[in-house]
Amino acid sequence: MLLAGGQGSRLGILTASKAKPAVPFGGKYRIIDFPMSNCINSGVDTVGVLTQYQPLQLNQHIGIGTPWDLDRRVGGVMMLAPHVKREHGEWYTGTADAIYQNADYIDQYNPEYVLILSGDHIYKMDYSKMLDFHKKNKCDVSLAALTVTLEEASRFGMMNIHDDGRIYEFEEKPEHPKSTLANMGIYIFNWSVLRDALERDNKIHSDSDFGKHILPMLLNEGKRMFAFPFDGYWKDVGTIESYWAANMDLIQTIPQFDLYEDFSKIYTDSDHQPPMFTGAGSDINGSILAEGCEIYGRVYNSVIGPGVVVDEGAMVKDSIVFSDCYIGKGVVMERCIVDTDCTIGENVKIGEGDNIINVHRPKIYDTGITVVGEHSDIPDNVEIGKNCVILGKTTPADYQDGRLESGQSIVKSVNPNGVRE
Amino acid sequence: MKAVGIILAGGKNERLGALTKSRAPSALPVGSCYRAIDFPLSNMTNSGIKKVAVITQYNSRSLHDHLSSPKWWDLGSKNGGLFILSPYQSSDNSLWFRDTADSIYQNLTFLRRSKEQYVVISSGDCIYKMDYNDLIAYHEAKNADITIAYRNVPENEDIRQYGVLELDEGERVLDLEEKPLEPLTRLGSIGTYVMAREKLIELVETVVSEGKYNLVRDIFSRYRKRLRIFGYNFKGYWCNLGSTQSYFDCNMDFLKADVRKKFLEHPYIKTKPKDEPPAKFNSQTSVVNSLVGSGSILNGDVHDSIIFRKVFLAEGSNVSNSIIMEGARIGHGCVVEHAILDKEVVLADGTRAVGKPGAPVVIDKGNTIGE
Repeated sequence: MLLAGGQGSRLGILTASKAKPAVPFGGKYRIIDFPMSNCINSGVDTVGVLTQYQPLQLNQHIGIGTPWDLDRRVGGVMMLAPHVKREHGEWYTGTADAIYQNADYIDQYNPEYVLILSGDHIYKMDYSKMLDFHKKNKCDVSLAALTVTLEEASRFGMMNIHDDGRIYEFEEKPEHPKSTLANMGIYIFNWSVLRDALERDNKIHSDSDFGKHILPMLLNEGKRMFAFPFDGYWKDVGTIESYWAANMDLIQTIPQFDLYEDFSKIYTDSDHQPPMFTGAGSDINGSILAEGCEIYGRVYNSVIGPGVVVDEGAMVKDSIVFSDCYIGKGVVMERCIVDTDCTIGENVKIGEGDNIINVHRPKIYDTGITVVGEHSDIPDNVEIGKNCVILGKTTPADYQDGRLESGQSIVKSVNPNGVRE
Repeated sequence: MKAVGIILAGGKNERLGALTKSRAPSALPVGSCYRAIDFPLSNMTNSGIKKVAVITQYNSRSLHDHLSSPKWWDLGSKNGGLFILSPYQSSDNSLWFRDTADSIYQNLTFLRRSKEQYVVISSGDCIYKMDYNDLIAYHEAKNADITIAYRNVPENEDIRQYGVLELDEGERVLDLEEKPLEPLTRLGSIGTYVMAREKLIELVETVVSEGKYNLVRDIFSRYRKRLRIFGYNFKGYWCNLGSTQSYFDCNMDFLKADVRKKFLEHPYIKTKPKDEPPAKFNSQTSVVNSLVGSGSILNGDVHDSIIFRKVFLAEGSNVSNSIIMEGARIGHGCVVEHAILDKEVVLADGTRAVGKPGAPVVIDKGNTIGE
């Protein structure tokens, strides 16, 4: 069961019209491709995807699961949205509530074990090894545990364990952590144990949550809960800066996170199959580029999505460009994230000036990265600073003296669903 | 859609040398991520044809592998679908396909069980993009029995490799000669035809019963006076993978903006996805005027070349005017010029693979050179 209903509000306008798991990553992927591919690579062939916030792109992307070989007669992938029941309907009010509301779906398969995942993280993991661990230790619940430093520990839900791996205590963002094992939000439950816990907790908490309610309750009841150690690459991409940094991890000459090995491949859905083309005047270094790009300008230390055109004389540096964007002639762009289907006009400059934190959303845009939202246009010859936000079809009139100073935003929503920016 | 499709992909071609030692000409890799058959097959489905037969014989494994799932061409459907027709034994026949018309004859059940009015036939080793609806509309407008698509063959191409048409002013075929010694015109058939399904069944049965097995020679040429056969002038890009040199040239044509744009724009040429990660350009590399397939990792210099998927190029190597197929690995300090490196070729450090313009050197599939 893959929890994919979250907004990911700290990703700002990147999640204005798509749920966080649908945000593109690493050129051609979306974040959800990682847990989805992990599932099929681990032999999990029945996957429920729980959606709630802006599910359109997620639904389109997952479809009937063809890219992951999940288009199956029995099992396969099922999109599970909140729905009206006999008496009333309600939104998913918590992570455990979302599973509770879909208990019927799980019951159909009468499984012994249920794997709970979130669609928010970049990692490769063989869940079948975790299941072996779960069975070997006769667990009621097993939780994947990432080893972090003591300094990082205060940002995570931590697990304190006995020598045999059995958990005796959870601590949420502890000031004085006792262990370095962080909860990754990956759980295997015996379905009978989970089903019972969900039913009981539903009577107490209407916003039933795994971290806050279900796991502490089961621990108190003395259930066998074990931490499954994971030491691979794992990144939460919850903020603009961490999202940007995780993308940049991929462009290292020898990356920590290897997409290029043949086992445990990451699968995705893509309209774009054609090769990419590098023009006569192009210069591309330290970058990854997806299918169907045409590069006539310069691209340095960047991640470029499918179908992007970088025209002559343009320079894209330390940036992430999603699919089907046009970067005009002479553009100079540094530390910028450009969402799908944007047009950046000729000679536009992005990322110059002082590092002034965004005045409207100071907690989101504070590390110098300028973000251009989906389907936006930027007119020719304007200059845009750092920590700026641009969304919509902007015109020269939107830029005073042809400039958008660092920390300023232009948000022209044309989205009928409303943009929560 | 009122047509079914047949792709003739069973032939062999000596002039392709080592390139077709272990694959059918129609399975030749083209344009960084395609195989030749993707072009006619995508033309079929992009034109709305729902039922396509691919006739295979020579080195068919490579094609069967590529076509193992029809869903990538939108042919995984209950009505219609992709039919791979290979020679088989039955109680009254255990022959290989004796030629094109015979290969259709031995699979007449496919045509008999179809209900569509027309059949579009294409050869599997031609690289082009055509909307067959235009061809069928022309066929109907001319009230033709058979329509043969042709092109005006430029002077720099050897027309003696074509079926050459002579047409009257109404585009009706007066004469059709296969690979003539003294061609009368510059109008070359491009191996794409349309005709009524019932008519094709009737003609194929007739000529095979007479011991004749070739579609062009024994049907089109022979019946040119009895039937209304018309030429359809196709003006788009077209190339036949008829020889090692034409294979090389056809790939290099993808570096021309007009050819590339035509093929890479909507409606897309579909192929079997491999889900390789994005191509990686490391800090030493310089890659200009080239196509690069996904999953490749480039450290050296590349210009005027076609790089397929999953190619690894080490630092200090130089690749120019070459075709590097999927999975090839090129070590440090190699020089590759005017070369075709087949799949999974490995060049050890310092290897030179240098051909001449007009005579590319070919390194066979899976070979390791220089160790």
